[in-house]
Amino acid sequence: MDKDIYILGIETSCDETAASVIKNGNEIISNIVASQIQSQQRFGGVVPEIASRHHVEQITLVIEEALSEAGLEPMELDAVAVTEGPGLVGALLIGINAAKAFAFANGLPIIGVHHIAGHIYANQLMQPMEFPLLALIVSGGHTELVLMENHGSFKLIGETRDDAAGEAYDKVARVLGLPYPGGPAIDRLAHESDDAVEFPRAWLELDSYDFSFSGLKSAVINYKHNLEQKGGEVIPAHVAAGFQQSVVEVLTTKTLKAAKEYNVKQVIAAGGVAANKGLRASLEAAFENEGIPFYVPPISLCTDNAAMIAAAGTAMFVDGQRGNMGMNGRPGMSLTSWSK
Amino acid sequence: MIWLGIDTANTPLSVAIVKDGAILAEVNSSMAVNHSLRAMPVIEELFETVQLKPNDIDAIAVSEGPGSYTGVRIGVTIAKTLAWTLKKPLVGVSSLKTLAANAVFFNGLICPLVDARRNNVYAGVYEFIDGELIAIHEDQHLGIEDLLDSLKGQKRSVLFVGKDVGMFEEQIMDIMKENAVIAPFPMQLPRASSLIFMAQQSGHEENTHAFTPEYRRIAEAEANWLLQQRKEKGSD
Repeated sequence: MDKDIYILGIETSCDETAASVIKNGNEIISNIVASQIQSQQRFGGVVPEIASRHHVEQITLVIEEALSEAGLEPMELDAVAVTEGPGLVGALLIGINAAKAFAFANGLPIIGVHHIAGHIYANQLMQPMEFPLLALIVSGGHTELVLMENHGSFKLIGETRDDAAGEAYDKVARVLGLPYPGGPAIDRLAHESDDAVEFPRAWLELDSYDFSFSGLKSAVINYKHNLEQKGGEVIPAHVAAGFQQSVVEVLTTKTLKAAKEYNVKQVIAAGGVAANKGLRASLEAAFENEGIPFYVPPISLCTDNAAMIAAAGTAMFVDGQRGNMGMNGRPGMSLTSWSK
Repeated sequence: MIWLGIDTANTPLSVAIVKDGAILAEVNSSMAVNHSLRAMPVIEELFETVQLKPNDIDAIAVSEGPGSYTGVRIGVTIAKTLAWTLKKPLVGVSSLKTLAANAVFFNGLICPLVDARRNNVYAGVYEFIDGELIAIHEDQHLGIEDLLDSLKGQKRSVLFVGKDVGMFEEQIMDIMKENAVIAPFPMQLPRASSLIFMAQQSGHEENTHAFTPEYRRIAEAEANWLLQQRKEKGSD
């Protein structure tokens, strides 16, 4: 590379206000995240209007901190990359309009990044991506298996038909009286448990890489209800362990099967639920057995952040992708390839 | 001294560039188009029209609400980002005061209002006193009937301003009778040049990072949460 490329990333698709500067698409120069979790905990989930209000309060502070930590002036940047979708529309609009105003004021190009492409490219910050590559994206809003033959080429081979994995964690946690977000609490309980309730696995059709978690969630609710009717005692740790085993087994089995079918060189996991210890351990063991390299970024890069948006934005920048001042939030944006 | 003014608080969009007390360019529209789609392209075009660079401006005025939550946030986000990165002062002005400013020299009370659905409005009460637009009653979110009842008690002539006034015209005339004056259509849209004029007169400056919209209403989820907290405290 002749000249270093510096990209500012901005991410506001849900409840984290984030900005980051990335060098050459793989080196984190700064990575700032302002979380709203304390505010949103009051409501037991993310309230879109509250999320948008917090983003307006934080946005310029977060961008300023990302630049000052990087020790860069706006004119030293090559472009601004921002999450265009999917996500909460009101939340997306804050990042997008801040990015547009910043790009306009400083004469920089703007690039709209797909949130999931960002999660996948978080891995580029740890080790170079090798193709074909299989990515398992698991978060509060997504459960997807994506096959990549090259940079910027995304093929969705499986996705959830109802709840996202993280959503199922949150709902089951609420049933068990655990705090929001549910993932870490269930993971911890499951880890400490000495027994597990047997819950069903949703395999769907034999050849399908799709997922379904709403049946499992109902099974947990029914189990608790029936046991309480009979005057039995529900042991949250056993329920948590049984629930987690079901989720982890289905995710691991389908990911492994897809990796073998498509003969991939690398498997990566991304998204907030990829921080789950039980899931990580299961995937690591499965792929070590098969001799397929498996990577999962550190927790700070699994949960929403702007470094991943800047990393994906750099790949798009190099490919010649550019947005314009008419960029709008795209809450239902689908993951389409930017290069063939 | 060159000012950029931005108002995206409600359906209308207005952007203006004012230099030394003269309008160089102003764009006004009132289409049901997402401000995120239009605001920055219009700002970009306006700079092109007046042949200025973003850094040529000296100050930014923005409509701080009340109005559509998303609309207000788009304008405020653009304005505070520009002000911060260009290192220019930022001044927020009420969206209702901006509307009231259309009625300069009106001898009486001025009531700018914006529909807030379910028979509610965002409204304020203003008056020009010695050439200065003074808030007689601060902007608030309230029922149209409550607003009209309180105005009726003033026993003065009141000018209603805003593009949503027509929706309530019958009620206004019923309650206010001969004291009501409905502003004609050229006065119904907020103008960013008026916004700049109000910003200049106010003489204050925001803390850019801390600047947020004046929603005049707490979010529904927060209201419910507060109610729940009070109930729990009450039952202890």
